[in-house]
Amino acid sequence: MKVNQISVFLENKSGRLAAVTRILAENNINIRALSIADTSDFGILRLIVDKPDTAFEVLKKEGFSVSLTEVIGVEMPDRPGGLAGVLDILEKNNFNIEYLYAFIGRGDNGALVIVRVERLEEAVRCLEENGVKVVTGDRLYQL
Amino acid sequence: MYWNQKYECLPREELKQLQLERLKITVERAFYNVPHYRSVMQAAGIEPDDIKSLDDIRKLPFTTKEDLRNNYPYGMFAVPLSEIVRIHSSSGTTGKPTVVGYTRNDINVWAELMARALVSGGATRKDVIHNAYGYGLFTGGLGVHYGAERLGASVIPISGGNTKRQVMIMRDYGSTILTCTPSYALYIAEVMEEMGVDPKKDIKLRYGIFGAEPWSENMRQEIENKLDITAIDIYGLSEVIGPGVAVECLYKNGLHIAEDHFIVEVIDPETGEPLPEGEKGELVFTSLTKEGLPIIRYRTRDIASITTEPCPCGRTHARMSRVSGRTDDMLIIRGVNVFPSQIENVLLEIGYTEPHYLLVVDRENNLDVLTVWVEVSSKLFADEVRKLEQLGRKIQEEIESALGISVRVKLVEPKTIERSEGKAKRVIDNRKF
Repeated sequence: MKVNQISVFLENKSGRLAAVTRILAENNINIRALSIADTSDFGILRLIVDKPDTAFEVLKKEGFSVSLTEVIGVEMPDRPGGLAGVLDILEKNNFNIEYLYAFIGRGDNGALVIVRVERLEEAVRCLEENGVKVVTGDRLYQL
Repeated sequence: MYWNQKYECLPREELKQLQLERLKITVERAFYNVPHYRSVMQAAGIEPDDIKSLDDIRKLPFTTKEDLRNNYPYGMFAVPLSEIVRIHSSSGTTGKPTVVGYTRNDINVWAELMARALVSGGATRKDVIHNAYGYGLFTGGLGVHYGAERLGASVIPISGGNTKRQVMIMRDYGSTILTCTPSYALYIAEVMEEMGVDPKKDIKLRYGIFGAEPWSENMRQEIENKLDITAIDIYGLSEVIGPGVAVECLYKNGLHIAEDHFIVEVIDPETGEPLPEGEKGELVFTSLTKEGLPIIRYRTRDIASITTEPCPCGRTHARMSRVSGRTDDMLIIRGVNVFPSQIENVLLEIGYTEPHYLLVVDRENNLDVLTVWVEVSSKLFADEVRKLEQLGRKIQEEIESALGISVRVKLVEPKTIERSEGKAKRVIDNRKF
């Protein structure tokens, strides 16, 4: 059920984000979702791509500090309260969300959000038990 | 004005005779009381009796900071601890500091040298000496303090820090002489301006005696203009005795070395061979009167030249130029000695096995700022901001506790720091001296 996310360390200086996207483009890798967490000194770029393993290899080869992180893709109704319903479930069951961001494409029946929590497998089980649809990595990469 | 005219103006021939007598005693004392000196002299085939002229000093092996570290803490002392009345120490390259000990007589000599230095820099017993060198293990604070008391001046032992209070006290107590690092003097001037205190009207300062870090003629001009004083350069290092080894007179044209207590040599740092007078090289000092820690041919790593040309002030002691650099990679940050290897050790200790780091030194608002760039390798990289910030903080705290000064840590991408063949470039010093 897990989704592999690429995380890249970026210094806060011009041209770094462009460099990453250029490398991905040259290797014919398509970005499905992204988010940037930034501080005054550095940022972390998080990406869901169609070919995570290739992306990891090429970025590493180009000298970036990269890691693969497991996240969950959660589908929810695309209407007010859709995300709130999912977060309520996680909160009630004491899953601490480290970060989340929206997916660019849509799932079969609604919006998609990428969520990073601790105790990932338990969280997936908990969401499914509560009737939330969790999308697999293979499916997400191709959306 | 002299403190001790007889010795400060001793004709050079008499001075040389005095040096030779004292050198013989020092070498003998070191040979018989310090196992390190005995073994290195024996290895070189030298006995104390072989010292027959001043030139024979070249037969003696050099002493390095490494030797002091290898004999940590008290191995280089020539007297039992019961004879030692004071211990100072300076930072070391790999965590082990350099320890120096003084007998009661050593403290006397040091006070004498510092009294001379203060007088040479314009002080009299009527002065109020505002001593903003740090008090503690660092020799700056107590060195100046004892000299000022010996002179009979009024000392304000204010130490460093809390600059607004420094300015308030300087104004209210009528300080006339400031002693501190040159960069701190500039910082004080800036704080005065912020506080609306006018150095020309509100402050009675006449002279400043500044040292413990490299500075330039430009910086002297700036200090003199901003504080409306005469700024004098003083030199010393704890391994030799502390501040007072050499000081400028009011002609401000080189620092007179207290040659009745030390022999100075200038050597080629590569070959160890002596250089002709006037040429720049590494300063090497031999103590002539020290009891606690006699030091023979100590390699300072400081680069300067020497002249014995007569000085209009009448002092006969040789003058050294300003220190223009170092033969090693030591940095002086806010008066504290910093070696890049200390930072490397900290990084290794926290498990960063391939440390790619760079030290960037800037001067902001006249204060030295050290920023340590650390490359975030894939191994160190964490996907969460919180964890990376924790990493940065941990590196910062560990470095600060190892160096004793505050630093900034900047996490940078891999390959940001230039790789070089052979010796890595570890330091970018943007300060202008």
